Amino acid sequence: MDQLSVEHLLGIKYLNANDIDLIFKTADHFKEVINRPIKKVPSLRDITIANLFFENSTRTKLSFELAEKRLSADVINFSAGQSSVKKGETLIDTVNNILSMKVDIVVMRHGNVGAGVFLSKHVNAKIINAGDGTHEHPTQALLDSYSIREKLGTVKGKKIVIIGDILHSRVALSNIFALQLQGAEVKVCGPTTLIPKYISSLGVTVETNLQKALEWCDVANVLRVQHERMDINYFPSTREYTQLFGINKEILDNLGKKIVIMHPGPINRGVEITSDVADSDQSIILNQVENGVAVRMAVIYLLAQQIKR
Amino acid sequence: MSKKTLLNSKDIEIILHRLACQLIENHNDFSDTVLIGLQPRGSYLSERLAQLLAKDYAIKDLKSGVLDITFFRDDFRRRDAPLAATSTEIDFLIEDKKVIIIDDVLYSGRSVRAALTALQSYGRPKNIELLVLIDRRFSRHLPIQPNYRGRQVDAINKEKVLVTWKETHKKDAVYIEQR
Repeated sequence: MDQLSVEHLLGIKYLNANDIDLIFKTADHFKEVINRPIKKVPSLRDITIANLFFENSTRTKLSFELAEKRLSADVINFSAGQSSVKKGETLIDTVNNILSMKVDIVVMRHGNVGAGVFLSKHVNAKIINAGDGTHEHPTQALLDSYSIREKLGTVKGKKIVIIGDILHSRVALSNIFALQLQGAEVKVCGPTTLIPKYISSLGVTVETNLQKALEWCDVANVLRVQHERMDINYFPSTREYTQLFGINKEILDNLGKKIVIMHPGPINRGVEITSDVADSDQSIILNQVENGVAVRMAVIYLLAQQIKR
Repeated sequence: MSKKTLLNSKDIEIILHRLACQLIENHNDFSDTVLIGLQPRGSYLSERLAQLLAKDYAIKDLKSGVLDITFFRDDFRRRDAPLAATSTEIDFLIEDKKVIIIDDVLYSGRSVRAALTALQSYGRPKNIELLVLIDRRFSRHLPIQPNYRGRQVDAINKEKVLVTWKETHKKDAVYIEQR
């Protein structure tokens, strides 16, 4: 078992339950490492990793970079804004040029769905998908499940509701796959315009009433309203969205049980979630960020293990 | 494959007592000294010595921990079988402490090299010593020698030294296997 069944991390849908278990067990060890006085191990000192971000990112990019550096890998960074992509270079050319500099692993975020899969077929390196368009964001889903496992002991049998913009969310799709692989029950909740038409074919249920969804769940994963991906108006106003789907302290206090609140960031404070909820003891938002580094270290370590010279 | 018993449980008990006495000779009451067992197999020996020192030799408040060296090994990606990590439990700082690294078999010395690097993550110790149950002579890849040894063995490379503990195999023993 001690090895992943896949050669790249392109999406959760390519993984099996054993892979997730292995990633989490490895992440446990790295979590201990990053809490040592000296937080670095030399495992990947002969590995070079390129972080290619064709789309904006703060948290994911920093988290990957930190994970790579904690493993002693050499890191090069690339942001599309300042690159030859602007001059018309194709994706394969860009990446092959970077690989000529002897890069072993590529971490890529791209606006196009399937960019990672495409790349994995055409270039000779390990590919880690750090988000491809509205498709998948596997490391985010892994760190979300890892955080639930840490908080509640297990993911199996738990009820998780994903609230908000499901239509444009790669976090939602990867989370659905990851949670179901681990035996959790998943519900999505949001305005009907932001819920994909065939979502029930994935085996999830839909709830449009926030109150009912929260009463049902153990964990609420609240997503950001992604204004930048919305070319038309999916709901009348931000104010109306907040009134119908915004989570505030009053709603939580009246539930009669303590549910866990998660958010992949960045938060629109006062829109999908109020500040007092985001900063409350029910929220594990900052734990998610810490766990992100450990989980990404585990993914990189396990993929690097497969590289033979 | 033939298997020869090198040490039985009585031999091991005598050796453990001798090692404990040697440690006391050099470390008195262990106020500045910590024991670090190397995971996975050195931790049993370390645990056994700690119990013995506490019970039979009245050493109080002995600090001991276990160290996983997986991420510090120099054969990552060079082995056929993937390396699986185990846990590290060191809930004290080793800054300015005398550290005794404990392992069951000293063979190439590479694990000890990895442990020396790994320990740096926990501070700068005053000094580090090495205690092993079995010292396989003539097989070292690195200039590393034990300060305390249970038994020195001249096994050839084709032979394998196997240590079993009551905790895992119901019996304390050391075997030499022909591969």
